[in-house]
Order: sequence, then structure tokens, then C-alpha cells
Amino acid sequence: MTGDPRAISMTVNGREVTLTVEPRVSLADALRQDLGLTGTHVGCEHGVCGSCTVLVDGTAVRSCLLFAVQAEGTAVETVEGLARGSALHPLQEAFRRHHALQCGFCTPGVLMTLVELLRADPCPTEAAVRDALSGNLCRCTGYQPIVAAALDAATVLAAEAAP
Amino acid sequence: MTATVMTATLGTRVPRIEDPALLRGAGRFVDDLRLPGTLHAAFVRSPYAHARVLGIDTADARALPGVAAVLTAADLTPLLTDLRLPIAFPEGQLPPEVMPFALVRDEALHVGEPVVIVVASSRRVAEDAAERVVVEYEPLPAVTDPRAALDAGAERACSTADGNLFKRFRVAFGEVDAAFAGAHAVVAERFRLHRGGGSPMETRGVVARHCSESGELTVWSSTQMPHELRHTLAERLSLPEDRVRVVTPDVGGGFGTKYLVYPEEVAVAAAARALDATVKWIEDRQEHFVSAIQERDQHWSVEMALDGDGRLLAVRGTLVHDQGAYAPHSVNVPFNSATSLPGPYALPAYDMDVAVVRTNLVPVIPVRGAGYPQGCFVMERLMDRAAERLGLDRAEIRRRNLIRPDQMPYPTPMRTRAGAPIAYDSGDYPACQAMGLEAIGYDGFGARQAAARAAGRHIGLGIAHAVKGTGRGPFESGLVRVMPDGRVSVYTGALAMGQGLKTALAQIAADTLGVPVERVDVIAGDTGFVSLGHGGYASRQTVTAGSSVLMAARAVREKALAVASGLLEAAAADLVIRDGMVEVDGVPGMAVPLARIAGMLRGLPGYAFPDGVSAGLEAVEHARFDQLAYANAFHACEVEVDVETGGVRILRYVAVTDCGRRINPLIVDGQVTGGIVHGIGNALLEEFRHDEQGQPLTTTFADYLLPTAHDAPPIELLYRESPSPLNPLGVKGAGEVGVIPVTAAVVSAVEDALAPFGARFAEAPLSPVRILETLLQTGLRTGPRNGEGGTP
Repeated sequence: MTGDPRAISMTVNGREVTLTVEPRVSLADALRQDLGLTGTHVGCEHGVCGSCTVLVDGTAVRSCLLFAVQAEGTAVETVEGLARGSALHPLQEAFRRHHALQCGFCTPGVLMTLVELLRADPCPTEAAVRDALSGNLCRCTGYQPIVAAALDAATVLAAEAAP
Repeated sequence: MTATVMTATLGTRVPRIEDPALLRGAGRFVDDLRLPGTLHAAFVRSPYAHARVLGIDTADARALPGVAAVLTAADLTPLLTDLRLPIAFPEGQLPPEVMPFALVRDEALHVGEPVVIVVASSRRVAEDAAERVVVEYEPLPAVTDPRAALDAGAERACSTADGNLFKRFRVAFGEVDAAFAGAHAVVAERFRLHRGGGSPMETRGVVARHCSESGELTVWSSTQMPHELRHTLAERLSLPEDRVRVVTPDVGGGFGTKYLVYPEEVAVAAAARALDATVKWIEDRQEHFVSAIQERDQHWSVEMALDGDGRLLAVRGTLVHDQGAYAPHSVNVPFNSATSLPGPYALPAYDMDVAVVRTNLVPVIPVRGAGYPQGCFVMERLMDRAAERLGLDRAEIRRRNLIRPDQMPYPTPMRTRAGAPIAYDSGDYPACQAMGLEAIGYDGFGARQAAARAAGRHIGLGIAHAVKGTGRGPFESGLVRVMPDGRVSVYTGALAMGQGLKTALAQIAADTLGVPVERVDVIAGDTGFVSLGHGGYASRQTVTAGSSVLMAARAVREKALAVASGLLEAAAADLVIRDGMVEVDGVPGMAVPLARIAGMLRGLPGYAFPDGVSAGLEAVEHARFDQLAYANAFHACEVEVDVETGGVRILRYVAVTDCGRRINPLIVDGQVTGGIVHGIGNALLEEFRHDEQGQPLTTTFADYLLPTAHDAPPIELLYRESPSPLNPLGVKGAGEVGVIPVTAAVVSAVEDALAPFGARFAEAPLSPVRILETLLQTGLRTGPRNGEGGTP
């Protein structure tokens, strides 16, 4: 009934991993339960809240709506891969400066959504940030500090990228 | 008690100590716990709003490989002192039958009520097995409208109850009838607020581990009340309280939703004990929509009497409160609604008749705002009506009725449920209004609105006040301990669920003890560390836990200075603590680290112990609070309504907040902003809907709409600081005052925008459909269309 478990391989935060999962297991559950990467959170399991957002081959996806077997051969990035060793990523730093997180449950998904945005659009407008964020629900912050943090981080990242 | 002067640490925007782990994805929420051998639970829930359970067949489910147990109410009964959850309010308010069972015994009273718990090797197997459980139901008529439920001959929401009325009570003072008889003007209206919820992004969840060898039950729960949960589990499972430990991991938001001992927590703990195992249950979102508590649904019929100058004479009316299937927190929500209605206004006479009604819907306990938003909505809408009737400006009629600062402390004629007088401790409501009006550009709005209307745009402005009782006692625990390595640990029964409580308490301890904030660790909501606690609700924790931590830290400081005084041969008055060193002020090098004093106070058998101090560089306090500290707010917003779609866009939002002294303005900004956006959800979006059979129609976030980044407007935050005289920090709670006036302000603004159409709104949320329906009724088709401008 459940289908036989299958072996799949992917890279997660740059590391090659192989795991065996039932076909019905979501990528979110595989990351959390099989790989112990509990930074990716599951808030609704129906693809609306965005808490489980990760990057698959650079594109933000709802890991609750993707089966793990569909991620075979892809490169997955999660919140755990964001910090630069002991230093936080500039986006994470900006979140702390601007108090862009409270309970922190939605935060990993929000961060990954914004990582995708800032890679594609290094100097986004506020409207572009709000557009990108519109698929992530946050009950604590009212979004305003998240928007401010994203714009601030864009400035920092742009300065880093400058020759 | 005198207020402390804020220092560099207190009152500054200290970045939160909670953040680094959460930002790295290294938070530890309950579902992140991975204990060896964990079994997983799933619940079979009632598909009917009201039904008798005739039989349950679990054989197929138990036969599935990987299933450890399938337990019904009959199976749980011998494991518990009572299958029904205990009341958590004083006896006599309501009978025990207002509480739910850990699992439905014979009659389900709402869709989603848990009937069977399945425990298996994985959640997936548990859900597979749950689908194999066959429950035979006899559907019974469902009660969904609390007004109809009061009719003679109405169907009963619970077949064993006398009727559908949980309780009827009045909040009354003054000569109401005389006031109405002599009134210059009376305005009257019916109001309706719909169901809304806390909707934390993390659902509920619990892990229970029983160890028969030690006799210990350890429970990790995403709860707002760990000590109450421990007490309940110990009592119902017949365990000594000190054999039960409840640990609160990181909590992904609460907003009231988790301020309850839920049936599932008892069922999971009972299953763990029966199996002598670790059992985990993580609520999924669909379960959350049908089993986590909700609030807000009320019907009001109210009239207001005024004199010729627009001064309030009296308010009277009825409130019918939909309490849902159970009343686990007694009548606190409707009581708050009724007593909060007068708000910031001097009201001479009042009579509100409140009916608390049982329905076959999800039970109600407080959600952020706790009944205040409804009372505020009714009063502020009536103020707008009165202004219109009397030809007064909306701000002016409010100004005339606001309690003046020279009247503070202001004793209202009302009393709390505990019988204590409801008295506002401090605040300057007229000043807050003046600040807000200036910031929104109130005086110039008429011209802006006229210009917009000429251009075919429909903009409106709304204003509203709120007053919120905060810092509910009787106490909260605060234990401060300097560790042998010089770090400071703070333990409290208060509960961190995202507000920044740990940072605020760390600031208080750090400031008092002269150590950097980074050297303070805060453990909140672990019953293993403090024996008493009440948890997170009612905007209480900075007031109560903050005061206890302050007092405990002061006691620790005195101890440290007494010991250092002997070591340094200096008077305690000449000593200061800087960066964890007790120093003789002005004599560099004459110093002793707190760490060394902490080590000495651990004691060394056979060697001398410092004179005049007790053991351990630590102290515990339970600061006592019998009165509430009243925070207040004035909100003003500007909206634009699209009369073609009914869509509302909030253009500007100004919030003036007075929550006394702010320990950390960064955190207060977050609390207020989050509350406002929650309020915008209540004003425009959030509504749990159900059909006439009590079947929920909103069970996904695609149906129940939370505000998104697009819905949240730019918010301008302004503050006044009226220190509370009721606590040594001068603080008031900030967690709820932001949400309370939002619905009133936004609905007022929408109505103002649509004034040319004669549209009237007495209901929330104002969905686009509701706005369009109103416009159709009141003449949109004959009124101006977008781009045509003018007045009808």
C-alpha cells in the first residue's frame, strides 16, 4: 500500500547524501527525519504557509509539496547551509538587527525565499520584496521588519560583491 | 514601590539572545526532538459536530504492523483518575461538565474532537491505522447559532445539559434607565464579530516519555502553561508532582492558542505511561483548524445615551457570546469583552447582559486580545455613530469623553472576576490621541479626502482607542543564580513563545548584576527548575516575571556585595559591579569576580563560610500582583476602498502605544507591529466559517486567510511612557494592546471612505464580498463609479 522504499541521492548544502525513503515521504520529512536537518519547518503541509521553503537547484520550493524521490539528483539548500561557519550570513545578521523574527518558526522558510530573491535581484524594491514574501506567512512580526531586513541585507551583499 | 531609573542596558534596543540559534535553523521546537525509540500518535476525530458514539471497532487498526496501541475512552478510563479534564478556575463558577474528556466518551460535541488515539512506529503508520478504525456514530442536531440556541425548544448542543446556556451575568453600574430617559440623543446598533484564531505558525505538539525504572514522566509540550500541564498530568495520572517534569522547548508562537491543557496532551501522556515508552504527537494544520481553540464570535445589541454636548451618559445592551462546545477557561472572554467596553472613556452608567452559550463548534478561550477587541469595536463604532448623530467631529467627541490624566489612578465602578476593583493605574489618553492625530495628519484629511473623491478614489480615515489590563498575577517565579563560571542563569515559570522574553529578563538580570547580557542564560517554562509558575498569557510576563527577576537579582547583588565587602575590606556602599567584577569604586585592581563569590557560596566542607549570608549566590522571588497595569493605545489609519472589487488597501497606519517603561524598545516594536497585523486579519480577512451542521468550511490557509506581506501596511510607531506605579520596573504588558483597536479603526476608515454611498458597517471581518453586498444594498448602482468622482 505504501510502496517500497527507494534509495535516492542528492546534494544537501553541498554534501552528497544517499537515503532510502518511501515514495510517499515529502522532501520536508526526509530532510527533517532522515537527515536530521530540523531547521526546515512544517507549518501547514498544504503549500500555503511557506515555512518549509528550501531551494532545489536554486529555486525556492515548498518541501512539504515535493516528494523526496522527486529531489533525486538535485542540489538542495536549507537554512542550515546559510551561515558562513561561525559567522551569520548577511541576511541573517540583518534579521537580527531589524528584529525580523520573533518565534522563529517561519524564519528558515522566509530566509530561503529571500536568498532566492536576492540572487535573482540584488537590489530589489520594497514592492519586489513584499511580492517575494507574499508566499510566506508570519504571525509574529507583521512583515515590516522582514522587509527592512531584506533591503538592508541587499545593500550589504551588494557592497560585498563590489570589486 | 518606586520606579527604577533606566540604565544603559534597560531601555535600549538590545539584539535578542534568542536569535542566533533560530536564524541558523538550530532552534529546538517540539517536533525537532528526536528521542530514541519514539512512537508516534495520530487521532481519530469526530466527523460530526454533534453525534453519539455507538461503537468503536479497532481490530483492523491494531492488526496493522507497527501499531503499538489503539486506545479509546474506555481504554483510557482506568488509566486516569477521571477521563474528564479538570476545571482550571475556582469551583462554583461553572460545573465540571463544561470540560472536555481526554477522548470522547459517548457524545462528540464538535467536529475534530478526538475519539481514538493510535500509537505506532511512525506517524505514517499511525495515520494508516487511524483510517482503519471504524466508529459508529448517531448524528445529532448541531447547534451553531448562539442566538437561536437560547430559544425555548432549541436543540441541545449537549444532550446531558439542561440547556445551551453556560452562564448569564450582568456587568452593571450607575443609573442606566434614568440616563436614557433624560438623554439628548440615543444611538443603537447590532454588532457581529466572527470567529478568528491565534494561528501560530507552529501547530500544537507534545512528546511524553515515561520511564518505569525511575517512575518519571517527562513531557515536552508546545504549551503556554507548563506548570498547569504538570499539575494536571500528575493529578490525572496519579503521579507525584515531582515525578512529572514538563519542559517547554522553543515555541513557534502561541497567541492564546496554547494556553490550555488539551485533551490530546492527557491522552498522549496516558499512552506513554501505559506503553512505558516515548510517544510523540505533532498536530497537523488540518487538525489545528478543527481542534485548537478559537475566539471572537459575538453578537451585540447595544445603545448609547448622550447629552447635548456629546458627553456619555450610559451604555446598555446584550451580548451573546458563542463559547463553542466547552468552557475550559470559564467565562473569561465574554467577561473581558463586557468589562473592556468602556475602555478609555468616563462612562457614568452601564448595563450589559451577557449570555455565554454552548454551540457545537470548537471551544473558545482567549486569543491575543482576549475579548477586548470586541468590546472596543462596539464602543468605538458607537462613538462614531454618536458623532454623526450630534454633528460632532469623531476625534472631538472622543476627546470630550476620555478619562483625563489628572483623574489617574482612575477607579472604574467595575470589579474583576476575583472581586478586585478595576482601576486604571496611569496613562494620558488625550495626549496619545493628540499625538496620533498629528502623525496621521487628521486636520488635513478632509481636504485629502475631497481631492481623492474628485479623482474617483475612495479614501477614509478611522480612529480608535484601546485600554488593556496587563500583568495578571498573582505572581510569576524568578530565580537568579550566579554559576561558578560567572555566567548568570535565570529560571522562570514564565513562558517564551517568541516575544523576546528571554532577552528582556536577561537585560533585567544583567543590568542589576553588572554583567553583559550575553553572559545571562534564561530557562523559561521548565518545571524541573522552578516549582511554581503560571506561564504566558494576558500580557503579563515582563510585569510579573520581570519584577521577580529584578527583585531576585537585587538580592543576589546584595549577597555578592556583602561577601566582597569582607574580601576587599571595603564598605558595601563603596562597591560597584562592572563586567562581572565587584570593584571598589575608583580603586582599579581592588576587585573580586562574581564567579569567585559564587564558588565560595557553594561552600567547602571543613573550611570557613562567609558570615552573614545564606548559601549559594542565588535568590528566588515571587513578586505579588493583585492589580493590573493598564496599557493603552490610540490608532489612526487611512484606507482606500476599491468599490468595484470591495478590496481594501491600508495606506497608512499610525499607532501610539503607552505600555509604560520599555525594557527593550526593539521588542516592544515587534509586539505592537505583530498585534496590529493580527488585528488587520480580524478586520479584513480572518473568519472561521462553518455550515448549519457545524461542518467547518475553512480548514486550510487558502480558506482561512492570514495577513500576508501584501496586506500589512507601513506602520508608524509612536510611544508615550507612563510608568506603572504597580511594579518596580514601571512596565506594562505590550503583547496585546496592539491588536485591540485595529478592527474598530479599520472598519471606521472603510465606512468613512464609503460615506458617499451611505454604507454602514457593524460587522467584521470586512471581506470584499461583505463590502460589495453592503454597497449593493445601499446604492452603489446609483452612486458614483470609479473614475467618475463626486458624491451620489
